[in-house]
Amino acid sequence: MYDFSPFIDSINSFFTSNFSPFWASVLLMLLLGVAILAFYAVLGLYLVYAERKICARMQNRIGPNRVGPLGLFQTIADLIKLLLKELIYIRNADGFLFNIAPFIVIVASIMAIGSIPFAKGLQAIDLNIGVLYILAISSMGVIGVLIAGWASNSKYSVIGAMRSGAQVISYELSVGLSLLCMIVFAGSMQLSDIITSQQDGWWLFKGHIPAFIAFVIYLIAGTAETNRGPFDLAEAESELTAGFHTEYSGIKFAFFFLAEYMNMFIIAAVATTIFLGGWLPFHIYNFTAFNTVMDYIPPVFWFFGKTAFIIYVMMWFKWTFPRLRIDQLLALEWKYLLPINLLNLVLISFLTLMKWHF
Amino acid sequence: MTREELTAFVLEQVPDMKAGTNKQFPECIVNAEQINPLAKALKENAITKMDYLFCETAADRKDGFHMVYHLTSSVHKHNLMLKVILTDKVNPSIPTVSDVWHAAEFYEREIFDLFGIRFENHPNLKRIFLEDDWIGYPLRKDYKDDFILER
Amino acid sequence: MEETLVDIDFKEKEEYIINMGPQHPSTHGVLRFETCLQGEKVKYIIPHCGYIHRGIEKMSESLTYPQLLHLTDRMDYLSAHINNEAVALCVENAMEVEVSDRVKYIRTILAELSRIASHQLWWSAFGMDLGALTTFFYGLRDREKILDIFEETTGSRLIQSFITPGGLMADIHPNFQRRVKEFITYFRKKLPEYDQLLTGNVIFRERTMGIGYMSKEDAIDFAVTGPSGRGSGFQCDVRKIAPYSAYPFVQFNEITYTEGDTYHRYLVRMKEMWESLNILEQLVDNIPQGEIMLNLKAIKAPKGEYYQRVETARGELGVYIVSDGAPSPARIKYRSPNFSNLFIINKISANHKIADLVAISGSLDLVIPDIDR
Repeated sequence: MYDFSPFIDSINSFFTSNFSPFWASVLLMLLLGVAILAFYAVLGLYLVYAERKICARMQNRIGPNRVGPLGLFQTIADLIKLLLKELIYIRNADGFLFNIAPFIVIVASIMAIGSIPFAKGLQAIDLNIGVLYILAISSMGVIGVLIAGWASNSKYSVIGAMRSGAQVISYELSVGLSLLCMIVFAGSMQLSDIITSQQDGWWLFKGHIPAFIAFVIYLIAGTAETNRGPFDLAEAESELTAGFHTEYSGIKFAFFFLAEYMNMFIIAAVATTIFLGGWLPFHIYNFTAFNTVMDYIPPVFWFFGKTAFIIYVMMWFKWTFPRLRIDQLLALEWKYLLPINLLNLVLISFLTLMKWHF
Repeated sequence: MTREELTAFVLEQVPDMKAGTNKQFPECIVNAEQINPLAKALKENAITKMDYLFCETAADRKDGFHMVYHLTSSVHKHNLMLKVILTDKVNPSIPTVSDVWHAAEFYEREIFDLFGIRFENHPNLKRIFLEDDWIGYPLRKDYKDDFILER
Repeated sequence: MEETLVDIDFKEKEEYIINMGPQHPSTHGVLRFETCLQGEKVKYIIPHCGYIHRGIEKMSESLTYPQLLHLTDRMDYLSAHINNEAVALCVENAMEVEVSDRVKYIRTILAELSRIASHQLWWSAFGMDLGALTTFFYGLRDREKILDIFEETTGSRLIQSFITPGGLMADIHPNFQRRVKEFITYFRKKLPEYDQLLTGNVIFRERTMGIGYMSKEDAIDFAVTGPSGRGSGFQCDVRKIAPYSAYPFVQFNEITYTEGDTYHRYLVRMKEMWESLNILEQLVDNIPQGEIMLNLKAIKAPKGEYYQRVETARGELGVYIVSDGAPSPARIKYRSPNFSNLFIINKISANHKIADLVAISGSLDLVIPDIDR
């Protein structure tokens, strides 16, 4: 009932009817870019705010409460401070790579946002290989991290970047495999198709225990891929001061910082889309009254609610667990998650083949 | 072991040992060249087993530098205090005991840093607190520098 | 002036050397570990200290005993009461006077409270070292209660200079006993929370078990005392070996483990908090009446040499006074526990990962001003 496609189509037809095809596409891209950037900045800032509030609650603190009501404008003030700060140039650093690294990281996360369906029709590009696209783009960020670590000419940074490289390459496998499990169920890589296939129930519930295993593995591996605690070895504060972004200051540091939060959002959004039915409301089988009430809640709320829940779980991890060591981290992936995942994939293929899922 | 037995043991090892006047610990005053063999004997002998050197320090006195070793045994729980008087106040030197107790390596570096007492055969004798180019040894009574406040 | 050593080593041996400290989050102070790495593995560590060397021993030679007492707070600032007590006891021994039982009881209560406070701060920071950031606030929340008790009685929170030669600066506050008892019941409830948050965590156990093994022989040889030494089975608790103040009147256990790894050094401190609560419980209701300050004409040690050992939260603190009979000592030496505990780090963290180095140095519980004095 909340379909955004007529609205999107009307904007589309407005541009195509008033401009030549070339200018129409340029203007559309511009509009989309501005919209995504604004969304990105606001969401990033409020994720930072949310993290600070949540961790404060977990630590018997109040958290930001001075700037604006409940400290709502604290992160905006912080961003302004970071914007005005001096960009420190590191002697003997590789200037070009040093400057370009934060942009690679942030561009990768902006590009991934483009293909996430927020509601029916509310999606910048609905690629037919959406899942693959997101996996490919989001793992590009690690190139930026590696460049940042190498170009900073700092020993802490190099160690941090190398850790990050090893970590992302390993955990990318688990993320990919656990998503592949669900693709086998859904039979499509297009994100909108995957959501449509969950009309009668989310894959987390329809897919028996294997889907649940895949979901847990995806959460663990996704947390590791975003370099967040307990897998924050790349910036391991107590060992490497700040890891790969030790030498960055001002807005370039803010880029890394924002990108970390947006990567977390992307991981949560993909989990929502693939495991939790995206923007679809929560339905209980044959309980029509309840289902109708749920249908009245707009899909955007459903999407952000589910995403927020997963983000909350990831923050919960971070603020209660100690950090893993690098060898334990790699052992966890290669010795446990990967074999379980492969087995799980076989099991799910078998289930799908026999049509034993709901 | 009692106070008397410990002093007798040290006397057996070092015949020209002089007993000190300390009331708290049995105190034995020995010569500089005897300290290392005596330390080895005290540590390795089963009846003394002085395996824990809990304090090693020096003091600048009128008759020279007093090197003081406080020993105890983790097995027998008896204490002993060894003292060496170094009469050379300009270039004092004494054999190290860091080969007997590892802890002494760092106590001795501290003593070298602040008193300028050289430890022969010490594996890594260099300043520990002060900068390498510091002039003088601050805990000596005749130490002077521009920043010292006279009372 | 030599060239910087680091550069020469780097060029000649092609070693990868990073500096942990002097400004680094893991060293909790201005201590520098020159760490040689091979990949993630630590090859050797050279500790460099002296960044906060203030010459307390030299300064003390020109101060009277009640004056130099105030410098001892600044060594191991987390065991300030215990440092004061060491000097006070040493001077009292020298003067051959004995304080009243009331003073002994109050001194011991204050010492045990500061031991708990110190272990709480250590626990908080140890969690931080391992990346569990929430522990810091749990520990500080409870430490605040102790600091409030200190503030009410002594007037300050961190460095109190409350215990002096001859007794105490003042009598305890009327609320003192009630608040200590409240704290005992409060903290008994909160300590299991610490275990739930960190001790039982599977990542924490993986990170600490079997890491940084120190044998009993090594602990004795390097003179590693306190909880770090007791984690290796070295029975070095001065409260048991040479009881002082009110310790002869109380029942408590010396916590020792024989495993000697980081996890057991951690356990020793956790158990010690329970023991300290027991000691407090035995003492707090039974504080006898008596003089708070002895009527001493002049505080000066007679000619001679005196040594006093006490157990701080980190190990054995020795005070060695050489006196000529003057109001100030001819030589005062502090045998600080952290100085001896520090240098074993090269031996126990070689061939471990760089993350383990942080865990190991955290488990030794170093307070840097006490190393440098």
